[in-house]
Amino acid sequence: MDLTMSIVIIGGLGVLFGGLLAYAAKRFAVEEDPRVEVVTDLLPGANCGACGLAGCSSAAEKIVAGEIPVDSCIPGGKKVADSICEVLGIESVASGGRKVAEIHCLGTKDVAPDKFDYQGVRDCKAAMMYSGGFKACAYGCLGLGTCVEACPFEALSMGANGLPQVDTEKCTGCGVCAKACPRNVIHIELADRKAKYIPCNSKASGKVVRQACEVGCIGCRACVKACPNEAVTVENNLAVINREKCTDCGKCVEACKRGIIKDVGTVLVLK
Amino acid sequence: MHLLAIIFVAILSNNIVLSQFLGICPYLGVTKRIDTSVGMGMAVIFVMTMAAIVTWVLDLFLLQPFGLEFLRTIAFILVIAGLVQLVEMILKKTNPALFRALGIYLPLITTNCTILGVALLNVQSGHNIIETVVYSIATGIGFTLAMVIMAGIRERLELVNMSNYLKGAAVTLVSAGILSLAFMGFKGMVTL
Repeated sequence: MDLTMSIVIIGGLGVLFGGLLAYAAKRFAVEEDPRVEVVTDLLPGANCGACGLAGCSSAAEKIVAGEIPVDSCIPGGKKVADSICEVLGIESVASGGRKVAEIHCLGTKDVAPDKFDYQGVRDCKAAMMYSGGFKACAYGCLGLGTCVEACPFEALSMGANGLPQVDTEKCTGCGVCAKACPRNVIHIELADRKAKYIPCNSKASGKVVRQACEVGCIGCRACVKACPNEAVTVENNLAVINREKCTDCGKCVEACKRGIIKDVGTVLVLK
Repeated sequence: MHLLAIIFVAILSNNIVLSQFLGICPYLGVTKRIDTSVGMGMAVIFVMTMAAIVTWVLDLFLLQPFGLEFLRTIAFILVIAGLVQLVEMILKKTNPALFRALGIYLPLITTNCTILGVALLNVQSGHNIIETVVYSIATGIGFTLAMVIMAGIRERLELVNMSNYLKGAAVTLVSAGILSLAFMGFKGMVTL
């Protein structure tokens, strides 16, 4: 008796709920654009938020609906944009060129001293709240690793010298670290180009930089004069090399009195 | 008074997570941020109440008349899983805003032991239907309370400078233990 009743009741419940679910699946079916799922699969799936949306699936919805451009995915780059275009049946519009994060600071503790001893919360944004950061230079990296924490791809690590280092293999150029950095030390730049760059972020005048840092750009314009291609300009006391014009000749490196002009893509490890 | 006592016991002195050790998985898994823990808590209150009512009715009209109380656990699992699935479909169609708000938490708690635990506790302690509803909602609130407190602690722990060997799981479990210890202070204040 017990056995048969058990079988009947549990079996009956199973059949009842199975039937109910089958009916509900039809009755309450929500029509979804099948392309959304395909596009979601094409996106990297890291949910990094570089496109400005909550995650890859919401980005896919917006892309299919045409609310944001097909090349909105920065980590995916041209490859992903092209395959999305193929799915949606539209012509490719994406521009090429892989971008990665670049740390624009060489100021380790030895060469860029602190102005006071900071013992607060180990977070750059928190440190900025105490009289604008503990470093004598108001533009350089604080080295507390807020960018390392922010990186969704584990491409950043804190080097032994107290500056973050970019693993260019893993970096997708999504720019999450650049947004997280309270001092805007991280720039997102074209990676696959042979050129020079100046890893300094200081817009202070030459005199102030000299006092605060041994490896900061003082805006002396020696590199501007040395460059045969007019690729270097000084804006706000900081020399900037135009990557389109730079031919990687190296004349500016020789001219720079502070020796801070580096090759693009080199991992910067100071002694 | 009796209902007030049930509420007090369910939320504080016999908290489902911190005293009965049910639902530890979402307690540790979804408490990284306060908003996700609130979302999870709301979904749990919703599903817990609904599941408790349905299983209570099922127990009274189907299992007890045939003397099949020993089938409670398996029958309740079946009913709760089917019910959550059904509600999810209906919500998706009729109330997309609520569906998005509950989001992934709905299917996540289908097989959560707090839901099954409360359904079983209700019939085992012989609650009537009003007590069942009150107890389920109060337990859900107790769960949410524990989740939000834990999420608040963990959000602060993120910014603390601590030894490497304590970081992550270790410090989370230590703070969960201390929190449970604090809730033990409510023990015996009200008895049912």
